[in-house]
Amino acid sequence: MRVVIAEDLFLLRDGLTRMLQAHGMTVVQAVETGPELLAAVAAGAPDVLVVDVRLPPTFTDEGLRAALEARRGAPGLPVLVLSQYVEPLYARELLADGTGGIGYLLKDRVMDSTQFVDAVRRVAAGGTAMDPEVIARLLTHNSGNGAVASLSPREREVLGLMAEGRSNAAVAQQLVITERAVAKHTASIFLRLGLQPSDDDNRRVLAVLAYLNR
Amino acid sequence: MSITRTAPELRARRPRPFGWIGAGASALGRGSALCAVASAGAVPVLAMACVLRMLLSDGTRNITTHGPYHTWVLLGLALLSLSAVRLRWAVRHSRRLVGRWCGVAIAEPYRPAPTGDQVGRWQRISWLLNDPATWRDLLWTGLNVVGGFLLLLLPVGALAVYGLSYLLIGGRIGHPDASVPSAPLPTPPTPPTPAAPSLPTGSGRPLAGPVHSLLHAGVAVFSLALLLCLLLTAAALWAAPRLLTVYGRLAEQLLGPNREARLAQRVDHLAATRSDTIDSGAAEMRRIERDLHDGAQARLVAMGMTLNTAEQLFESNPQAARALVTEAKASSAKALAELRDLVRGIHPPVLADRGLLDAVRALALDLPLPAQVAGTLPARPPAPVESAAYFAVNELLANVSKHAGACRVWIEITHNGEALRIGVTDDGRGGADPSRGTGLRGLERRLAAFDGVLAVSSPPGGPTIASLEIPCALSSPKTSSC
Repeated sequence: MRVVIAEDLFLLRDGLTRMLQAHGMTVVQAVETGPELLAAVAAGAPDVLVVDVRLPPTFTDEGLRAALEARRGAPGLPVLVLSQYVEPLYARELLADGTGGIGYLLKDRVMDSTQFVDAVRRVAAGGTAMDPEVIARLLTHNSGNGAVASLSPREREVLGLMAEGRSNAAVAQQLVITERAVAKHTASIFLRLGLQPSDDDNRRVLAVLAYLNR
Repeated sequence: MSITRTAPELRARRPRPFGWIGAGASALGRGSALCAVASAGAVPVLAMACVLRMLLSDGTRNITTHGPYHTWVLLGLALLSLSAVRLRWAVRHSRRLVGRWCGVAIAEPYRPAPTGDQVGRWQRISWLLNDPATWRDLLWTGLNVVGGFLLLLLPVGALAVYGLSYLLIGGRIGHPDASVPSAPLPTPPTPPTPAAPSLPTGSGRPLAGPVHSLLHAGVAVFSLALLLCLLLTAAALWAAPRLLTVYGRLAEQLLGPNREARLAQRVDHLAATRSDTIDSGAAEMRRIERDLHDGAQARLVAMGMTLNTAEQLFESNPQAARALVTEAKASSAKALAELRDLVRGIHPPVLADRGLLDAVRALALDLPLPAQVAGTLPARPPAPVESAAYFAVNELLANVSKHAGACRVWIEITHNGEALRIGVTDDGRGGADPSRGTGLRGLERRLAAFDGVLAVSSPPGGPTIASLEIPCALSSPKTSSC
């Protein structure tokens, strides 16, 4: 798997490179700034980008904007965004096109290497990897709106874990219920959010979008 | 309060029913009323002058004969302060009336009253007498009395001369009824009319005619007088609104804050807001220090100790060491989370990245109720203003979700070229009062550091509209010039 990393802190950039290489991925290029990232994407044809939100030269949301631009150039290009903080506004912008292949994690999650690499793989495969903190903030603040409000507490829990990018098996394990029960819950969630069975592949992403977009 | 009530837009002029005559008549009435109010201020001053006169004449005698001279002095000073207060009251009224009638909003020039528990009568008296505005008030009152007297003198003098000439002519002619009605007619009370004194010479000339034509002469005098009266009245009606404007300008010069008073008021305001800013800055530093000390710092120390113990246990009890390392890892995660919250409290990252509009959008996403953010900012305000505005909106929204019991909230952010304007409207139960709530008071004080203002309209039953305005230019070169 070919990865491009954009991170301005040398230590973290180096650490990420080593970690991903240790897990059998190819780091095509590890760059420092937003413009360099765009150049690297154009040159390297990566399978997934790992991008820090705050990058030089502006030290604002340069990385996020570069990632969004790269995705405009290559629709569906998987992007995993790392940040010192999570911001539902940014998560919403990333997910806005509804094609999936998006991750948004706190930098803390890098400390657990297996979980982090797992997240990179999920995103590269077109899934989602939302930080539990984003999900938690949305669950606590956003529960009063629209279709998401009609979900039962258990269904909301399942949706939260789904948004984090877990498979049905992982959700079942986390909530200590059977996989059949999880499947029942997800079917009910899709029904209540009005997601048709035909677009099966992206329904998980669309479900996450439903409550990011209100 | 008085400034807002006399603001020009509230005094939008309604069309007069009788055109310029009506306007002139109302201006005449208003001018007279203004003179009367201003002269009312002279009454206490006159009373004071009388007392002083008595003091000067009687006081010297009383020293030797009656002894308690200082009681007289006390009485005099009490009257002095009383008259100063009365004077201020009268001038305040004329200031308001001038604002309403002359179209000139006049701010109060007085120095702030001494506050605190230790303020005695002496401090109040010296405050009243040391304020240069008091003496300007006095000057204004004096000018009003003298000016009013002179204005009155013109028509009265004209009347007197006219009456005299009537007596002279009428006595000789023996046709008093010919000119009787013309006597009370030239009575426009206030306008200075230089034409008035010329009246008697015009009416006195036909005196030289032969006796049999005296009747005709009488009629001629009467019609000439009537014509002059009409002309005079018309001139008065025409001049009155203009004079009223001049009067307003003059009042503004004397009753409004002059450069010195304006500077003094500005210095007072700056001193107050500076001390507020320093206080809130210091409080914020203490909060950050406390959070770091009790939170992240303590966690890092604990983590170091845990790792130290783990290091010692690696040989003897690897199981326990691993547990300790796991604990340290959890501790580091918590320390990071705390630091993150701290940073968010100091300067929210979205605000730094995206500016006010998106930062408020992010705030709206965090609200437990639906919020709609509208508005545009062509460029970013200066960072301190942006930050103050953000935290103000944050606090207003927190109030809405905590106390308002609202179902929806609307936020609008605009910049009108001079000031940043933010409105936060909710459909809650209303009844928010800045004078009661410490939160809103604190918000007002923090905005005051930027010369910003907060206005809250919250009738019981809602809706609550909180709007704040901070004067500032935007950073873009296109808009910073305006």
